[in-house]
Amino acid sequence: MDLLKRKRAPITPEAWEQIDEEARRVLKLHLGARKLVDFSGPHGWKLGGVNTGRLNAIHKGPVPEVQHAVRDVQPLVEVRAPFVMKILELDYAARGANDLDLDAVIAAAERVAFAEDNAIFSGFKDARIKGIIEASPHAPIGVNTNLDWPRAVVEGKDVLRAAGVNGPYALALGPKAYAELTADSEDGYPLRQRIEANLDGPLVWAPALVSGALLLSTRGGDYELTVGQDLSIGYAFHDRENVELYLTESFTFRVLEDTAAVLLRRA
Amino acid sequence: MLRAMSSENYHELPELLSEDTKNMHRALVSLREELEAVDWYQQRAEGCSDDELRAVLTHNKNEEIEHAMMVLEWIRRHSPTFDGNIGTYVNSKGPILQIEANQTGGGESSGGSAPQSASPSLGIGSLRERV
Repeated sequence: MDLLKRKRAPITPEAWEQIDEEARRVLKLHLGARKLVDFSGPHGWKLGGVNTGRLNAIHKGPVPEVQHAVRDVQPLVEVRAPFVMKILELDYAARGANDLDLDAVIAAAERVAFAEDNAIFSGFKDARIKGIIEASPHAPIGVNTNLDWPRAVVEGKDVLRAAGVNGPYALALGPKAYAELTADSEDGYPLRQRIEANLDGPLVWAPALVSGALLLSTRGGDYELTVGQDLSIGYAFHDRENVELYLTESFTFRVLEDTAAVLLRRA
Repeated sequence: MLRAMSSENYHELPELLSEDTKNMHRALVSLREELEAVDWYQQRAEGCSDDELRAVLTHNKNEEIEHAMMVLEWIRRHSPTFDGNIGTYVNSKGPILQIEANQTGGGESSGGSAPQSASPSLGIGSLRERV
């Protein structure tokens, strides 16, 4: 029996297939950072930490005239989002239903995607993750109106280039920024197309990026997401009517080059 | 009789093939030749009774490994699928079949080769588009 204990769940293979597929669809839509940063893994549950290669010196060791230092390791954080499904509803899949009520799966997938992206973009102190935004030494670039986005992107590219960070440059957009760029136009020319013409990397929808948009290099070697157990659905328990499942993963994130991103902050 | 060239090993009419496919064919044939040479040098070195010749053959074998890796890197840069699989498997840790199970979400249906502790994932992995 593996850690997810899926075989203990009173769920038919047909229902599992629909649950997994719906979770997969939502996660791929909502996970923004995975479209931008380097990915290491999946390494499985047994990976507990990432070797940073650093030492933390112990100034007063127990034995005189012997120097001590502790190897620095960044631990993985495990996230788990529980959700409850009705067994009767899930059983319909075995009878041929392909339109199960999977709202709970969707909500859990959105929560986990937000948790992962939020840790990567904004950091997660208790998990010892420093986010891309807090690590960046560049002052945020203000975006005063919706028509100000193209100028801010050009200014952001100048900032990165001046810091010696080459492209391709990608733009991760929070919900408000994405809506403005998609809906608005300048002299009849859509803002999104103006910005895309200025970028050699992708434009990515990132719901967890609530403070605006993030311009960053995707050349590689700057940001590393390490995944132990990749996103998976496990079984917790059930009664006569309901079964509780959970969406889980283990991961950590490291900023290797802090100058490779700049925040575009919408006023 | 003329010796067969790699271009004569096409499985389709050359005029139907793009230049990209022809270059990839050249690289794959070259990689195969380098790996064959590694195998041959390995065997010759092991069977050789002269120490100095064995050292030369071993040196040559290692050179062929370098050549093979250079060609493989060219292939990786020109094939997103090679790139993805190299990223997944090369320099990975743990049981190799478990890595595949984690990638495909098929840990429970991998013929029982994966250890019991392996957990099937949704196979999300990296979502970065490969350029």
